[in-house]
Amino acid sequence: MNSAGKRTLFWRLVWLLALAAMMASLYTIFFYAPTERTMGEVQRVFYFHVPTAIVAFIAFFFVFIASILFLLKKALKWDHFARASAEVGLLLTTLVLITGSLWARPVWNTWWTWDPRLTTTLVLWFIYVAYFMLRSAASSDAGPRLAAVLGIVGFLDVPIVFMSIRWWRTIHPVTISSKGILLEPPMLTTLQISMVAFLLLFAIMVRERYKLIDLARRLAFLKQMSLSVTSERFSVPKEDNG
Amino acid sequence: MTNLSYLFAAYAVVWAGIFFYLLAIARKNARLEREIRELEEQLQRADMKR
Repeated sequence: MNSAGKRTLFWRLVWLLALAAMMASLYTIFFYAPTERTMGEVQRVFYFHVPTAIVAFIAFFFVFIASILFLLKKALKWDHFARASAEVGLLLTTLVLITGSLWARPVWNTWWTWDPRLTTTLVLWFIYVAYFMLRSAASSDAGPRLAAVLGIVGFLDVPIVFMSIRWWRTIHPVTISSKGILLEPPMLTTLQISMVAFLLLFAIMVRERYKLIDLARRLAFLKQMSLSVTSERFSVPKEDNG
Repeated sequence: MTNLSYLFAAYAVVWAGIFFYLLAIARKNARLEREIRELEEQLQRADMKR
């Protein structure tokens, strides 16, 4: 089997593992994890909300590293990887904000509050929206470089989001503190299975998005080649003004 | 809306979000792969005619 065949087989396995992990995650969320005493059933949003947030942070960390590598090595593949990771990270952050609101409505009796954790997460969302707006607005040469700079600087908000519940007064629930993870064992196991499922999904989403960016680049190159072949065959002779 | 309704809505949003994102990418990938194949065939034919 050649390397392309091995890669295809590997990714098919990843898809299957992701599907199995999601099924296991759903089972443990609804049939294994106990019902939380204060919040009731709506607390189960936690098992999607937290992994989505953590994987979004990981995505932005990859954007950070890939952006540095792009600026240092100037190889387009790092820009493509940063862009794919940023897009997936932005999608996941959007899901974090929406699931957080859906949890907050019955528990806090409000869709939104300017709590430090929520506010810093919203800022993180705006930073990566700006990342894509910058890419679109700038020229094709400057866009990737400028986006890389924002990808590096923007990542600074990720530790701020994570530490916001320790640095400022917050009503956001605390599960990871300086004393460790504050969860009952069945809840911790359920969260861990969900984390694995979302990490596998993240790998798939970034890979598919990277593939799309690379295909678009190849198509643009082939179109250019096709144009130059066409213009060779049908070159218009210069007018004779003599 | 009951608590279970909010729980259902949250899971539906996550599943739908990820599903439609992957579906959109898969469709674009298929379209681009088709266009690339057609262009490569065109360029091969142009090469043979030379």
